[in-house]
Amino acid sequence: MTSSAIEATGLGKVFRRRGGWALRDCTFQLPAGRVSALVGPNGAGKSTLLALAAGLIAPSEGTVTVLGGHPADVRPRIGFVSQDKPLYPQLTIAETLRMGADLNPDRWDADTAERVAAGGGLDLGARVRSLSGGQRTRVALALALAKRPDLLLLDEPVADLDPLARHELMGTLMATAAQYGTTIVMSSHVIAELEESCDHLLLIGDGRVRLAGDIDDLLAVHSLITGPARETATGADFDLAPHTTVESRITGRQVTALVRPAGPLPAGWQTNDLSLEALLLAHLRNPAAPPLALGPASASASPTSQEATSASAIPQEEPA
Amino acid sequence: MIEYRIDRRSGVATYVQIVQQTKQALRLGLLEPGDKLPAAREVVEATAVNPNTVLKAYRELEREGLVEARRGLGTFVRRSLGAAPGDSPLRGELSEWASRARAAGLEREDVAALFAVVLDEHFDTTEKEQDHR
Repeated sequence: MTSSAIEATGLGKVFRRRGGWALRDCTFQLPAGRVSALVGPNGAGKSTLLALAAGLIAPSEGTVTVLGGHPADVRPRIGFVSQDKPLYPQLTIAETLRMGADLNPDRWDADTAERVAAGGGLDLGARVRSLSGGQRTRVALALALAKRPDLLLLDEPVADLDPLARHELMGTLMATAAQYGTTIVMSSHVIAELEESCDHLLLIGDGRVRLAGDIDDLLAVHSLITGPARETATGADFDLAPHTTVESRITGRQVTALVRPAGPLPAGWQTNDLSLEALLLAHLRNPAAPPLALGPASASASPTSQEATSASAIPQEEPA
Repeated sequence: MIEYRIDRRSGVATYVQIVQQTKQALRLGLLEPGDKLPAAREVVEATAVNPNTVLKAYRELEREGLVEARRGLGTFVRRSLGAAPGDSPLRGELSEWASRARAAGLEREDVAALFAVVLDEHFDTTEKEQDHR
C-alpha cells in the first residue's frame, strides 16, 4: 500500500488584495516516495500551492493533508525552500548552518549540511549578504536537506544555479530520495531540466490542476496522432469522437491531434512519439482541454469532475 | 564497476540506456558474473536521474536473468552475455575486416550500413525491438 505525501481536496486560495483566486478547486494525490515536477506558467499558482503544503498560509477553501496530518503539525518533517530563499544576510554560512542545527535539534545532519553548502567551493566563513543568488540557493538547500525531511518542497530550486551546480545538486537530491525515500516536489517552468529527475507531474495553469499523475501513466493515456482530413463544402474537417481531444490542427489535408484515446483509433491514423514537453505545451496552449488527474494505482483515464462542468469549455481568463 | 552515461538528446528512454550499457559491458567482458552493479543511490547521484528509473532498469535486467538483487547487499551479475569477449578471435577477424573495408575506401557510415544489413540477414530483430520498447 502506498500512502500519500500530499493529498489535496478542492483546495483553493484567494488573495483579496491581489484581487482573485491564486489557486482554485485543486484535487490531487501525490504518493510518498515520488519526485514530482510542479510545472506551470508564471503566475499559475505553483508557489501558492507549495506554501499551502508547507503550512505557511491557510487555504481559503478545501483541505490539504501532508504526510497524513495538518501541514502545521508535521512541519518538522517538511523541508521548504521558497523562491526568494530567505536567509539572514548578516550571518556567515557556518553561522547559518549552526542556526539550522539549533532549530532542528532532533533531526539535524551536520555532515550533509556542510557537504552541500561547501560543495561549490564556498567559504563557510563568507557572509550570506556577499553571496550570489545561486550560492544562496546552495545554502538554502543545505539547510533543507540537513533537516532530513520526509517531504521536500522546492520552489524553483535550480533556476539560478550554474550548469555544474545544477547537475551536482540535482544528483544530491536524487541520492537523498534513493537513500531515504524522501518525497520531493520541485517547481519550474522549464520542463527539460526536470524531465529526467521526476517521475510524477503536477501541471498547474490559471490556478487549477491541469494534469496530475505518474509521468509514464500520463504519457500512456495520451496519443499524438496524424491522419487525413475530410474534404467538405466548407473546407477540411475531421471527427475524433469518442476520443477526448486536447489539441488539434489541420495542415493542408493532414490533421495532427493530441488525444486521450477512448478505444482503438480510427483506421488510417498514425501514432507518433509523444514527449513530455509536447504533452505539457498542448495542455498549456489549450486551457479549455479537460483536466486529468490520475490516481497512484491506475493508468486508466479517470477524468476529474471538472471535465463535466461547462466552465472548462469556456476559455479561462488571462493569467496575471 | 560500471559507470553509466545518460544522453538526454538520444531519444532512447533513460532506463533503456542503462539496460543497453549494462548489456554492452557484459558482452565486452567489462562486467563478469559476481560483479556488483553500482547502487541506485550512486547512479542517481552521478547522473541526476530519478531513482525509480535506475530500479526499473535493474528490474528489467533481473527479469532477463542477467543480474540478481540480493537483499541488503546490492545487485550482482549472474551471467555474462554473448560468446564474444573483447579479446576473442572473432573480434580480431572483424577488426581485420574493418581495416580491409577502410583500405577499400569505405567511409564509417558505409561500414555501419553494411554491417547492419548483414546483421539483419543473420539474426532476427526481436531482441532489438524489446530493447526499445
